Amino acid sequence: MSLVKQVTNKPWERKGIIGPLRPEGAFPVAQEKVALGFFLMVVGVIFSLFTVSYFIRMELPDWTPLAEPGQLWLNTGLLVISSILFQWTRNILKSGETRNLRTALLGGGLFAIAFVAGQLLVWSSLQAQGITVSSNPADSFFYVLTGLHGAHILGGLWVWSRTTIKLFSGAEPREIKLSVELCTVYWHALLLVWLIVFGIMANT
Amino acid sequence: MAYLPLADQEQELHHPHSWVTKYVFSQDHKVIAIQYGSTALAVGLVALVLSMMMRMQLGFPETFSLIDPSSYYQAVTMHGMIMVVYLLTALFLGGFGNYLIPLMCGARDMVFPFLNMLSYWVYLLSVIILMISFFVPGGPTGAGWTLYPPQTSMIGTPGNDWGIVFMLLSLAVFIVAFTMGGLNYVTTVLQSRCRGLTMMRLPLAVWGIFVATVLGLFAFPALFVASVMMTFDTLLGTSFFMPAVMEAGQALDYNGGSPILFQHLFWFFGHPEVYIVALPVFGLVSDILSVHARKNIFGYRMMVWAIIAIGGLSFIVWAHHMYVSGMNPYFGFFFATTTLIIAVPTALKVYNWVLTLWEGDIRMNVPMFFAIGFIFTFIHGGLTGLFLGNVVIDLPLSDTYFVVAHFHMVMGVSPVLVLFAAVYHWFPLITGKMYNETMGKWHFWLTFLGAYAIYLPMHYLGFLGVPRRYYALGSTDFIPASAQALNTNITIAALIVGAAQLLFIINILMSLKNGKKAGKNPWGAASLEWQTEEVPPVHGNWGDKLPSVYRWAYDYSVPGAHADFIPQNTPEEEEPTIDEQHFDPDHDESKADI
Repeated sequence: MSLVKQVTNKPWERKGIIGPLRPEGAFPVAQEKVALGFFLMVVGVIFSLFTVSYFIRMELPDWTPLAEPGQLWLNTGLLVISSILFQWTRNILKSGETRNLRTALLGGGLFAIAFVAGQLLVWSSLQAQGITVSSNPADSFFYVLTGLHGAHILGGLWVWSRTTIKLFSGAEPREIKLSVELCTVYWHALLLVWLIVFGIMANT
Repeated sequence: MAYLPLADQEQELHHPHSWVTKYVFSQDHKVIAIQYGSTALAVGLVALVLSMMMRMQLGFPETFSLIDPSSYYQAVTMHGMIMVVYLLTALFLGGFGNYLIPLMCGARDMVFPFLNMLSYWVYLLSVIILMISFFVPGGPTGAGWTLYPPQTSMIGTPGNDWGIVFMLLSLAVFIVAFTMGGLNYVTTVLQSRCRGLTMMRLPLAVWGIFVATVLGLFAFPALFVASVMMTFDTLLGTSFFMPAVMEAGQALDYNGGSPILFQHLFWFFGHPEVYIVALPVFGLVSDILSVHARKNIFGYRMMVWAIIAIGGLSFIVWAHHMYVSGMNPYFGFFFATTTLIIAVPTALKVYNWVLTLWEGDIRMNVPMFFAIGFIFTFIHGGLTGLFLGNVVIDLPLSDTYFVVAHFHMVMGVSPVLVLFAAVYHWFPLITGKMYNETMGKWHFWLTFLGAYAIYLPMHYLGFLGVPRRYYALGSTDFIPASAQALNTNITIAALIVGAAQLLFIINILMSLKNGKKAGKNPWGAASLEWQTEEVPPVHGNWGDKLPSVYRWAYDYSVPGAHADFIPQNTPEEEEPTIDEQHFDPDHDESKADI
């Protein structure tokens, strides 16, 4: 039943049990997925507001654009691979053919760890060049945005590590299916966020 | 695979095994609600004491030396922030949200009980961090609750080094806590309703809390973003918000930041925040009015739509807080227009509350007194909002006591009256005991009349041009001596109202110990939370079987029914009716006296 139809019905005229077992308006998915959807919206709002602030701040005269290090392209590649591996893990679980499951799951996380390490390397090379968090507002935004994005990846890695430990401790593949599905959606979302953030920083 | 709704699934309940897991680290939504509520009320008392100290200074500037100018600003700041964020937001969503959502949805608990518990403890941590700021060198920040840069971080503003950092840290931690709780509330309402409970059968209390939570999830990030950037400015020397500025004759290292950017971010959170507090209030008061008027809420669908409309509109009015900061006149026009439009769904709600009372079988008990009192204060506070929504009227009034009076009426007194209404209304359910009616009525009249004695004269002070935020008025040509007399009266009224809150605390404590047994559903309410097998509801809420819902939550005084209410979980065939064969709706005796 559509949302519009739902909020226009007259509850005082409708008596008795309405609908099937699932109450009207509930999504036919696990509650964790609903919560993750809302959480990703919150994350989206946070990054959107940073982006808006970025555009407003860059109009002011003291802004000196930062020449983004080339290594960021490599890091982006690592995150893309990580995301692809998570998708692969999810597909494996969906198909029921679990041959490469461990490799895929482990690889997804390890590439994400490599991404975070790569970002830290970028930070340290920038520091060595005297580009610090307070040297220019463009630099400040670079550190804040990459730092916040990295923190979100770390949060995801915490869930991934629990899932991986569970799988390697002998859990059945179906027991980690939901966690993997959640991780996959989360990784894709964070990849999208990174592509937008990086795209904006590289083009301004 | 057949789909089994969440409410019917075998949910693993985290049964407590010890005193600690039952009362301290509990995952039961009811215990968490009480923890949230008590913490919020406790920290609210701190804010109340701060306001008393400010009033003593304003009413008797030469007599007391309780606070100096610095601590006055610290009191203003902490009073505002605590009341808005740590008391009202936490109490209505963390407290009432936690208690009522699972019960009103016919669920056993929140969908993520562990996360729910974590939410409370992180909230407590944010409160502790905030309280620690009273004891750090320099004391808490005195930048005003809006924390505008650059003055926030400059000498001359108390707490500009440690205090502001603790405030920002505390806010960030609070937002994490809120997000954890908020995801729980939203998911529970959407996914965990029992069989037959459609969205349009939900009580308005749940609708208000639900939409307010969605607002919070999308508005608090703005405060989070602003807090992060301001923390960087304060600790790491960035210039997100800090412009090139001189301090005590010395140029600071800051350069080119935009203080206006902070204001936009702050108010993008700050205005929806008004409705994060107000929407649960609207919902709770709707239910209370309906129960005690023994009538269905008037215009249920309109009420739901109004809650959604207000929620949506609240995101496009924020800059009306910034008229005095200066903006393109077309922006001013836009924000004034959206601000005035929001009055339409809000007024609709007020009409519907009044129409709910119309020809109702009104029971004037304590919750009803507070609920009707709210209608008065909300109308008054709302009408002055229409004044201030217009740019040309706002400019001269913005920095005066008129604004103080306006926002205290609309988002101070009004939500607090509903807070009391709700505590008295659900007290029998939460505790199984009845409160003392006489003491409750004294509490109401002292609070209600006292609030008017405080805030009506403040509007007049505002018209006189008496500036707000001043530690002492001193002598000026445009402020007559009578203004000081008025200030003294306001302080006396404030002290009386402050003391009257002791009645509430005493009443609650005494009733907890010696109150009469309330029994099951003493108000004859139709909504689900009153239909549990045991009162107070036990862990898991619903015994062996979850309820099924057959009707909306407002079947009061239904023509033909014997009782004047039909609970939501009563099937049609069990509906108690007057002998149906002889029932003639035109000669309904139950309506004979109308």
